Amino acid sequence: MLARIKQFLGMETKPKEVASKQEVEKVAEEEKTRPKIGYIHLSGCTGDIMSLTENYDILAELLTDMVEVVYGQTLVDLWEMPEMDIALVEGSVCLQDEHSLHELKEVREKANLVVAFGSCAATGCFTRYSRGGQQAQPSHESFVPIADLIKVDLAIPGCPPSPEIIAKTVVAVINGDMDYLQPMMDLVGYTEACGCDLQKKVVNQSLCIGCGTCAMACQTRAITMTNGRPEINCDRCVKCGICYIQCPRSWWPAERINKDLGL
Amino acid sequence: MVLGTYKEVVTARSTDKQIQKIAQDGGIVSALFCYALDEKIIDGAVVAGPGEDFWKPQPMVAMSSDEILAAAGTKYTFSPNVWMLKEAVRQYGLEKVGTVAIPCQTMGIRKMQSYPFGVRFLADKIALITGIFCMENFPYESLKTFISEKAGISPELVEKMDIGKGKFILETADDVIKLPLKETHGYEQNGCKVCLDYVAELADVSTGSVGSQDGWSTVFTRTDVGETLFKSAVEAGVIETKPVDEGKFGMEMLKKLSKQKKEKAMKVIDEKKAMGLPIPYKASSEKEDPLANI
Repeated sequence: MLARIKQFLGMETKPKEVASKQEVEKVAEEEKTRPKIGYIHLSGCTGDIMSLTENYDILAELLTDMVEVVYGQTLVDLWEMPEMDIALVEGSVCLQDEHSLHELKEVREKANLVVAFGSCAATGCFTRYSRGGQQAQPSHESFVPIADLIKVDLAIPGCPPSPEIIAKTVVAVINGDMDYLQPMMDLVGYTEACGCDLQKKVVNQSLCIGCGTCAMACQTRAITMTNGRPEINCDRCVKCGICYIQCPRSWWPAERINKDLGL
Repeated sequence: MVLGTYKEVVTARSTDKQIQKIAQDGGIVSALFCYALDEKIIDGAVVAGPGEDFWKPQPMVAMSSDEILAAAGTKYTFSPNVWMLKEAVRQYGLEKVGTVAIPCQTMGIRKMQSYPFGVRFLADKIALITGIFCMENFPYESLKTFISEKAGISPELVEKMDIGKGKFILETADDVIKLPLKETHGYEQNGCKVCLDYVAELADVSTGSVGSQDGWSTVFTRTDVGETLFKSAVEAGVIETKPVDEGKFGMEMLKKLSKQKKEKAMKVIDEKKAMGLPIPYKASSEKEDPLANI
C-alpha cells in the first residue's frame, strides 16, 4: 500500500538529483503550498499521533516534503496558535476544562480544515464512560466529541486510526481527492457510536450477513461471532465506532474499491 | 457487467485425484491454496474448517495442504472467515494470507483494504482471495430443519451437501435425498436478499459449479494477482482447464442466475429505500447499470 502511495506521488520515479530547472521551480512552488498542519491534543491518550508516526516508510517524506507541521505540543516550539491549513484534533473535549474549550474554538478560527483525529475526537470513544470523580481533577466529568461544539470537516475514527488510513487521508487531502475523502466527511455526523450499532443498524435492519468483518476490525476484541451474528461484550467495547464503520453493510465505497483493484 | 469485471473465464478442475474425490466440484479452491502454499505465495489460508457440530463450520488458519484438504467442500451456513484474518496475522504471524470468501466476505475485506480505518497492518497482508459463487446462505437452524425435519435423517449421516439443478441435495453413504428449492425457500438469511454479487466480483479468482459439468468448476480470473496465480497453477499442472461452455448450461446459465439474483435484490433494495430503511446500495434510479454492485 505504501509503495502504491509513493508511486502515486511520484516519490520514487522523480529523484531530485536529476530534476530539471523547471522541475526545481515547480517543487519550490509546491514548497510554498505544502499544507500547514497543526496538532491539537485534547482529552486523548496520544495513541492517534503515535499511529501517524508508525508510517515509518513515508514519515520522513511526509514531514519534509509533503506537509509542514506548524503547531503541536512536543512537535513545535510555539506558544501562539498560528493559521493552519489542516488541524488534527486528538481527544474529546472536556466541558469543565476552560482551557480545552478555548483551544478548540481557537482551532476552528485558525484552521481551514478541522479533522476529528481518532475516535475520542470523533465519537467520544472511551471517554464516553467518564463520570468524573477521578484524579487529576475530580470535577472533570463530561467529555464529548468535538463536533458537539464546533463544525468539523473530516473525521478519521479509530482507536487509534490505522497508520494506513492516516497516510491515505493525508495523500488524498494533498491531492484534493475529494472522492476518497467523502466517507470522512460523512463520518463527521457519526458521533454517537457503540458496538450495539451492529445490532441496531445492521442486524435489526436485516442487513447482517455474518461475514465477520466487524469482529475482525474491533480493536479491543469486544466482538465474537455467534451463530453468524456479532455478539458484543459491553465490558470491552470502547464506543469507537470501528465495527460499524468497517461493516460492508453500513456504507459501500464500490467505485473506490474497483479503482483500487484495477477492475 | 452481470458477471463482474474479469480477465478470463474457463472450466477447470484439480488434477489431484485426492482433491477430486473430496472436493465439492472441481476442487479449485483446494488446489489453488495447496499450490500457493507450496510456492510460498501464501504462508497460510483462512478456510471454513470443521466445527464442533456436524455441518457447522468454524474458520481456521490452514498452514499445510492436509489442513486445507480437511476443510474441502461447501458448507451452507456461516463461517465468519474475515474474523479469523486478524488472528492469522497477529497470532500466527502470517505475512501473506489467503482466504476463501463468499461475495459478502470479499466485500468486507475489500472495503477494509480501501478504507482501513481501525485495521492496522492487515490490508497489505491479504495475498489471495479465492471467491466462491453464492446465491444465499442459511442459518444453522435452517440447515437442521432441512436435514432433520424435511429429509428426516440425522446430520451425522450426511456426507455431502450440494445445491444444483433446482434441488438442495443431501448425500448419505447409501442414499441421495433431493429437496426442491421451494422447500428451502424462506429459510435463507435475510441479509442475502439485498446482495448484488453472485460470482464474487471483487475476488482475485472466483469459482463455482454453475456453468461447468459435474466434477468441474467455472473459474474467473479477475485481478492481476489472481491471473498470475491461476496461470502458474495451470502451467504447473495442478489445475487442468478447458474452454467454458458458452451454451445453455454454461455461460448462459451463469448469466441468467446472476441476473436473477441481482434483479431480485434490486427490487428489495428499491422497496426498502422507499420505506426509508437504511441500505448501503444505490437505488435503481441512482445508477447507470441497474445490476452493478454499487
